[in-house]
Amino acid sequence: MSTATATLPRCPECDAHITFNRAPLRGQVTNCPGCAVELEVTDTEPLTFALAPKVEEDWGE
Amino acid sequence: MSISASIVGGSGYTGGELLRLLLAHPNINIRSVSSRTLAGQPIHRAHPSLRGHSDLLFTVPEEIETSDALFLCAPHGTASKEIERWRALGTTIIDLSADFRLRSPDAYRAWYGQTHPAPALLSEAVYGLPEISRESLRNARLISGVGCNATAMILALAPLARNGLIQRVIADIKVGSSEAGREFSAASHHPERSRSLRTYSPAGHRHTAEVLQSLGDFPLDVTVTTVELVRGVLCTAHVIPTRPATEKELWRLYRDAYANEPFVRIVNEKTGINRLPDPRVLSGSNHADVGFAVDPRSGRIIALCAIDNLVKGAAGSAIQSMNIALGLPETAGLTFPGLHPV
Repeated sequence: MSTATATLPRCPECDAHITFNRAPLRGQVTNCPGCAVELEVTDTEPLTFALAPKVEEDWGE
Repeated sequence: MSISASIVGGSGYTGGELLRLLLAHPNINIRSVSSRTLAGQPIHRAHPSLRGHSDLLFTVPEEIETSDALFLCAPHGTASKEIERWRALGTTIIDLSADFRLRSPDAYRAWYGQTHPAPALLSEAVYGLPEISRESLRNARLISGVGCNATAMILALAPLARNGLIQRVIADIKVGSSEAGREFSAASHHPERSRSLRTYSPAGHRHTAEVLQSLGDFPLDVTVTTVELVRGVLCTAHVIPTRPATEKELWRLYRDAYANEPFVRIVNEKTGINRLPDPRVLSGSNHADVGFAVDPRSGRIIALCAIDNLVKGAAGSAIQSMNIALGLPETAGLTFPGLHPV
């Protein structure tokens, strides 16, 4: 694993590397490329994420 | 590089898929295709979607031409009785029946209820699932096709088996009607088959043997149910693990296993309507979609795999194996992504 790859932030759910096309902003919501979970940027220095609040879907309830 | 290919028994569904894929393959020239019942008729008589794509006529098996790759689509128990005859006509033989899937003559007798007619060849045949036997397929001369249900189980479970996580598995398999082949029966009669959920194999399915041969011995129970699909297999394997595992750990295991596999995709999303594998979106595709979940209450791992039984579960894996054996690009002729909606 390269140093550049190793420093990328990872998804708290599936450990996939998270990348941005431009510098992320606090509060920005993005989808993990692996598990598609919605992640909210909670800080930018250093870059941290939390699971974004979501509306639960009714799947077979 | 141009490779010649012929198909013995090309009027069935698997033969049709071989023709569809090989006609679009950039390196393949189909030399002959046989069907005793349709000899002399164009291939679109059996496979109407191929109308206008080829001038090929079915011939009788006795007129199959010598080819670099010879695909055998005869019923189970047939190819092995005439294997030397076919080996004289093909540099590489790919037999899509179950005749050469098991390496052990004893296992063949146990699961298929008869003595194998060519037991000396069982150890030479390479199981044609590249995700399991890629290196052995290089330059292979006798390749076995795969069982469609076995393929789905193997790909769902391989990352867990390789990492010693399996204590016991109960695999629930849902399948489409094309698994039964082109021959019709009372069971496939539309008023009987339509909208039924028929558990036709509650225990003892033969494909169990392929899974255990490929992944090692562990308690494996398999139940197969036909559902309202034409194409498709969904394996839902309930795994009692040897130790607790987190979903994040499973992500790592499945990524390690499949990151470099051209046709295996991990489907495990937290949002949207396509969260876990669904065979519906794989129609015509050589992809296998795998997914997983962990029950936090019990620790049970749910491992899933969806495929098109006629492609990744038969003709597609056979062509992928041929590509490897003959030194062609592994994905040649197999990049169709599937249909949606369908």
